[in-house]
Amino acid sequence: MDSRRGSRFVIDPKIRQVGFVPAGCESENPNASSAVAAIANVDVNPTSDSPSPVMIPPRLADPLPRAAPLPVPSPPPRKHTSVEIPLQGSYNPTDSVLGTSPPFSPASNGRYAGVPSSEGPDLSPSFVSRASSAMEGMSLREDHLGSPSASRFATVGEYAMFKQQQPQQPATAVTKVYASSLPQEPVQSFAPVGKEDSSKPLKERTTKAERRAKQEADREAKRIAKESAGAKVVEGEARASSNVVGKASRAQSQKKDSASEKRLSAVEKASEKEKKKEIPAPRMQFDDQSRVAKAKKRALIEQTETKHRVELFRHLPQFVYGAQLPSLEAKFFHDDAMHPHPAVYQVGLQYLTGDITGGNARCIAMLSAFKELIKDYCTPRERTLIRDLTARVNNNVSFLTTCRPLCISMGNAIRFLKTRIAKLQLTLSESDAKSLIIAEIDRFMQEKINYADNEITKLAVTKIKDGDVILTYGSSCVVETIILHAFSLGKKFRVVIVDSRPKLEGKGLLRRLLGRGISCTYSHINAVTYIIQEVNKVFLGASSILSNGTVYSRVGSASVAMVANAFHVPVMICCETYKFHERVQLDSICFNELGDPDALVKIPGRKGLSELEGWSQSSHLKLLNLMYDVMPADYVSMIITELGMVPPTSVPVILREYRKDPILENFATFGKDSNPIKFFRASLEYYRAC
Amino acid sequence: MARAMPELQLAISDFLLKLQRRQIEGSFDSAKHTVLLLRQVIVQHRASHSGQASSFIDAVKTVGARLVAASPIELAVGNVVRRVLHIIREEEVSIANNTEDEGETTFDSDDNNNSDDDGLPVLSAAVLAAANRNVLRAPSLHNLLESAVIPAVAIVSSSSAGDSEERSRSSEKNSKGWKLKHSIIEGINELLEDINNNHAQIAEQALEHIHQNEVILTLGHSRTLLQFLREAKKKRSFEVFVAEGAPRYLGHTLAKELAALNLQTTLITDSAVFAMMSRVDMVIIGAHAVMANGGVIAPTGLHMVALAARRHAVPFVVLAGMYKLCPLYPHNPYVLVNEMKSLSQILEHEESMEYIDAALNVPDLLAMNPSFDYIPPELVSLFITDMGGHNPSYIYRLVAEYYSPEDHSLE
Repeated sequence: MDSRRGSRFVIDPKIRQVGFVPAGCESENPNASSAVAAIANVDVNPTSDSPSPVMIPPRLADPLPRAAPLPVPSPPPRKHTSVEIPLQGSYNPTDSVLGTSPPFSPASNGRYAGVPSSEGPDLSPSFVSRASSAMEGMSLREDHLGSPSASRFATVGEYAMFKQQQPQQPATAVTKVYASSLPQEPVQSFAPVGKEDSSKPLKERTTKAERRAKQEADREAKRIAKESAGAKVVEGEARASSNVVGKASRAQSQKKDSASEKRLSAVEKASEKEKKKEIPAPRMQFDDQSRVAKAKKRALIEQTETKHRVELFRHLPQFVYGAQLPSLEAKFFHDDAMHPHPAVYQVGLQYLTGDITGGNARCIAMLSAFKELIKDYCTPRERTLIRDLTARVNNNVSFLTTCRPLCISMGNAIRFLKTRIAKLQLTLSESDAKSLIIAEIDRFMQEKINYADNEITKLAVTKIKDGDVILTYGSSCVVETIILHAFSLGKKFRVVIVDSRPKLEGKGLLRRLLGRGISCTYSHINAVTYIIQEVNKVFLGASSILSNGTVYSRVGSASVAMVANAFHVPVMICCETYKFHERVQLDSICFNELGDPDALVKIPGRKGLSELEGWSQSSHLKLLNLMYDVMPADYVSMIITELGMVPPTSVPVILREYRKDPILENFATFGKDSNPIKFFRASLEYYRAC
Repeated sequence: MARAMPELQLAISDFLLKLQRRQIEGSFDSAKHTVLLLRQVIVQHRASHSGQASSFIDAVKTVGARLVAASPIELAVGNVVRRVLHIIREEEVSIANNTEDEGETTFDSDDNNNSDDDGLPVLSAAVLAAANRNVLRAPSLHNLLESAVIPAVAIVSSSSAGDSEERSRSSEKNSKGWKLKHSIIEGINELLEDINNNHAQIAEQALEHIHQNEVILTLGHSRTLLQFLREAKKKRSFEVFVAEGAPRYLGHTLAKELAALNLQTTLITDSAVFAMMSRVDMVIIGAHAVMANGGVIAPTGLHMVALAARRHAVPFVVLAGMYKLCPLYPHNPYVLVNEMKSLSQILEHEESMEYIDAALNVPDLLAMNPSFDYIPPELVSLFITDMGGHNPSYIYRLVAEYYSPEDHSLE
């Protein structure tokens, strides 16, 4: 330990600032040279092992989840490999491939600042290359902080990469290492590249950019080696000591290496795949002729394009509304592989006719239908369940899409279902697999929708006080439950329901609320500037919340939020986290859904007003029935999710931390004995406490 | 008076009734009808010989106050009444000046010092009144020119007042009274013409504001706007988004009319305004009234549109004829310059009955259906009037030009 202590000042907070001094100062600093030496040491033959296919155990057990419900200034989310809630006692670290670390106290923030690459001596099983031992040696000197977290820099290559991304810093190895101790974004941004490196033997597919990045990294590494060779002369025993320790620890860790390497690389590969998946696939653009033609071939039925296409929305499907119904009916009696399951068929038609609307209702209906589908499913001969079932689900999903474009929450649910199917163990019997999947679907509906709604209601109710006037727009089932719950708690408030054509969904909400005895004011969207003046809170639902914090919801919500914002009324969005999506969107044009234009023609209750009868005769007149719009994040005061009340800027944090569906995942990991709900609740409380 | 002019009284009460029943709606119609009625009032008014102008003013004010009370929301009625009053005052002054001028030209055109002896007392009174008014009136270029004349006249009149006589005074007055009435009626006719032509005059400026392939958004229906776009269409082709404008849905009519002009027209729902605004180059709307501070009273929904336009930095252009210019400053316009329309426009009758049944245990189901929005001046980029384009901050100046401050209150 003494030797380490000798070099402790490397990460001593005071000296750490050296990282920002110009290159000239570096030579005076013995720490600096020691660190350089450490690198130099390793790169004795830089040419041979510069690609350094070294795997570092991925960062683990981040205290980050706690940052999720917190507002903006959260620490930069790091390399996402596994999200772990440092709560569960049942979790046995040794079981994990990834290793673990104890939950960090809030004080361990220092880790962000102080430990650039802290390879715990006890956990560096993956060190196989000499290149990495340099980092190891350094980090050994640094681990006095007691944060045995995984290295920020997996390899020298990565490290060099990092250096490259910081051209404004003086180009010395020392400063780079110091700089690395700062929580800077580039650290995340190049982390995957390093991984790419390491998994290369397994996976040859690297993109051009990645190859190039690697090349540059190598070059950088060489340069550092040269530089440090010069520095080597200057430094003395610090190098020796660090070297010794480094070697010792390497020897120690080397034993584990061979065993863990394979597993790790597999994990890495998987996590990389996951990473790829995280980037949302580009949407189908309907003005792309070739893709449309392809899609047509696959399509269940032929859909006729409307003659009165709104040019601005060429990229969206603009079919004659309801025209698919007869062909769908005809299709029903066809019995082929493409044929949708009756339950799915029914749900699809209900979407088409508008009997089921609303994100949650549609999602639940779809999942229930899929449950039926899976119940009735039996694997054909010479097929595997996993593949065939996935294909079957895909078919049914495309059927649902022809009925009505999926909403984002449904897309998330489908994605969930597919990953569940894909993750099924091949050894499972068919009936076991089926019941497992059905159980998973049930759990999804329970936890992600029902339980989340309860949780949101509980949170949102605290925002309603006696004498409030609450405005809501359209009809959102979450907002409705919130209002009903607040009313049942005996709170005295008034509800303003703002509605808009053509759906007039607010009328249904009005009827239900009046039936419960809640005072209501009803108005149309144009009067919102009038009515907002007596309102003091706005509650809105959402179809989805996108990664940049924009709220994708029923058309008109953005206007309501804008007006509320202009009149300084807080806008609260109630949305379950399963509706969050990684996509980003700036306007309502690039992605949207178009409703039936004919719905605009008739005005209910105004028989005399039929100006637009026969509008289709005019080639110049188009009717646009937009279904959704995008509310900029700055109109949103807070988003109420089951994980707490967060600002819109925290959406990407939640997405990042929960992308892997930690609750279900961890439940799976931690054994079937623990109660998922209990577990969920505990984690919730934990997050809220933070 | 009532006995003397039964048909006038009939016309007035008929118009009042129509206003009260909202059978005449819209600033254009109500303004036009008001002008016609006031012209009738002037024509039929037999002024007493003393204080001709003031008796006209009184007559117009009494009728005007009743009209305004009948439909306070039709600000154009009050505007037109004030315009007529202003015309009377102006004519009074100009007649006075003209008499002076005439005197100078007819009797002693070469010598300014010798002026008409006749009617000097009247003249001086009128001049004083005019001078007084000038003190009251906010300064304008017009007034400045006027006031440059007045002192000279005043000096002249005072110098020659000493040898004034009272001969042939009544005949002179009669002719003057006739002249005043005549010129007032002429002024009113001009006003009427202005109102009738304002659409065309506003439309003339269309090409200065609309370029090729422009995307324009509007809400509801406006005659001025239709003509404006029609004029622009003659030279340019562009696209129009029309929001339907609940609860009257006049956007449907406008969309149809625009499509008939071969303009690319897309009808959108009111709720989609914010979504579409990101692709819009200009918002053009017709106003119901323009307040003295540059704020706009417009059909409901336009405040939202204006906010969306500001959010997307889209110019928000208001078309308004001068008769829509209201000399009053808005105070709590959302409540005071507004009108609640029938609930049946937003809830069908059967439906509302059902709701009321459902709400028996709840005494309050409210349905809000206001007819107007107030758009604050900071959201307006430009006013296009028949007198050219103006900034919202300049409107108060126009008010000073067209209205006399003593008429701002009609009581």
